[in-house]
Amino acid sequence: MKKPLVKVDVLDASSEKSKNNSRRKFIKLGGLGIAGTSFLLYGCSEEEFNPGGSPDMPDPTPDPDPGMEVFDLGSGDVGILNYAYALEQLEAAFYTQVRAGAYYAGAPQEEKDLFDDLYNHEVIHRDFFKAAITSVAGEENTLPDLEFDVSSIDFDSRDSVLATAMALEDTGVGAYNGAGDRIADATYLTLAGKIVSVEARHASAIRSLINPDSADFAGDDIVNPENGLDVAYDPSEVFDIAGDFIVTEFTANNLPEPMTGA
Amino acid sequence: MSIIKLLDEFSSEKLTTKSSSRREMFNTLGSFGKKAAAAAVPFGLATSGKAKAATAAFFQENSAVDALQLALTLEYLEAEFYIKALESGVLTAGRAETVYMQISKHESAHVDFLRAGLEGAGATPVDSPTFDFTAGGAFDPFNDNGIGQETAYAQLLALAQAFEDTGVRAYKGQAGNLMGTAFLEPALQIHSVEARHASEIRRIRGLEGWITGSMRGDGMPEATQAVYDGEENVMQGGVNVTGLNFADPIVGDVTEAVTQAFDEPMSAETATAIASLFIVSDE
Repeated sequence: MKKPLVKVDVLDASSEKSKNNSRRKFIKLGGLGIAGTSFLLYGCSEEEFNPGGSPDMPDPTPDPDPGMEVFDLGSGDVGILNYAYALEQLEAAFYTQVRAGAYYAGAPQEEKDLFDDLYNHEVIHRDFFKAAITSVAGEENTLPDLEFDVSSIDFDSRDSVLATAMALEDTGVGAYNGAGDRIADATYLTLAGKIVSVEARHASAIRSLINPDSADFAGDDIVNPENGLDVAYDPSEVFDIAGDFIVTEFTANNLPEPMTGA
Repeated sequence: MSIIKLLDEFSSEKLTTKSSSRREMFNTLGSFGKKAAAAAVPFGLATSGKAKAATAAFFQENSAVDALQLALTLEYLEAEFYIKALESGVLTAGRAETVYMQISKHESAHVDFLRAGLEGAGATPVDSPTFDFTAGGAFDPFNDNGIGQETAYAQLLALAQAFEDTGVRAYKGQAGNLMGTAFLEPALQIHSVEARHASEIRRIRGLEGWITGSMRGDGMPEATQAVYDGEENVMQGGVNVTGLNFADPIVGDVTEAVTQAFDEPMSAETATAIASLFIVSDE
């Protein structure tokens, strides 16, 4: 498993320049040509992978390309929307690749149908967020199209695909659950609610496929058996998991804190 | 107990002289009990002026405590349903029984969690209503009245689907009332568990785990349609999602896919109306 490339450093040193250069950066990143039509497998040399980096530590080489500033997700509700948009981009990219893989090609129709649906839903979520954030905050404040590295996933293997799908869906559920208390506008809270329950339906279905006739759809590993509560993750926990797949660097330095300190 | 009788009970002055548990419920919830009169028509077609007035009074409160009391009432319904289902002998060993055991564990935990939360906030949790899962004789999910194991089993699954899909929508509808409180996050954590449950129950019934349009799905009684009305919505945040220029092609029907991709909230009024179909007054 490769080291995460997404930098969620808590230093605010980079936020100023990222704000000032956000427009230029968007154009540059947009120029990478990852318009979502295909999955771009990212090849790079070992030193570019920042093996010493971790979400808790400032990147020792924070600016490999001086001309390309790092996008910050932003603050307030826009920051949370961009945060969700990043996850939806990852999920959509993953399912796009699943449907191009050998497992899917040889899967029973029922499983193909399921992955078609999951692909549809995540593409819809992704493109909805793009439209919504662009409309609310402008293109310059909308997370660019991200580049992902999914080379750690064996798309020929049912086990590998299902295990990754489970991890992504469970992470999505936890991310939305943990973000709810950071949202200021009730409309966005409800929107997040409309999406998170669909992610939970996905997670349940994938878990049920992995282990049919079991309690895993809402297993004790993910739903606390003592109080019946699902997972809720902070952004740093989410990036610990999802960061493995995200190539495009961005920062999350200004995301709102939980309103109730939960 | 018939639905008409339920209406009479709830809409008459007698409600204030009922047993202590019911009186306490009404006292704690204000007009919540009266609002249950909205359930007089199966699954939420309340039209009486009285019910509307009571509902309006309820929503003026609109507090986090009201939201939690509604959630607790729904959890009582689910918790008792699964316990009785497991005791009924209708479920034979296998997937459904395993699933019901896991769900039962969660729903009972939700009851305890919400009661403790309300008490911690200085509120008195509502007592559990008395439930009638036959809905006045319309169903026989536990085979108590001899409808037969096969039909009872089908009804047991259909009711579970209706309860879980209702729970998802009801919690979603209350999220706004919990904003800025310590209850929002745990309520969301329960909300997604209900969605996990709903997906599995639907899949056991041979459906997809998600809701297409406002379709209740094969084998669901028409009386459950109120659980699904409104799920056909395609407007999200002022955007008609079906009109987006998707960067990757949608497989199959776009409108169907869009409605699947977003679950819709349900008002407290509708959730109460649905739950009240299975609530009887104490005699």
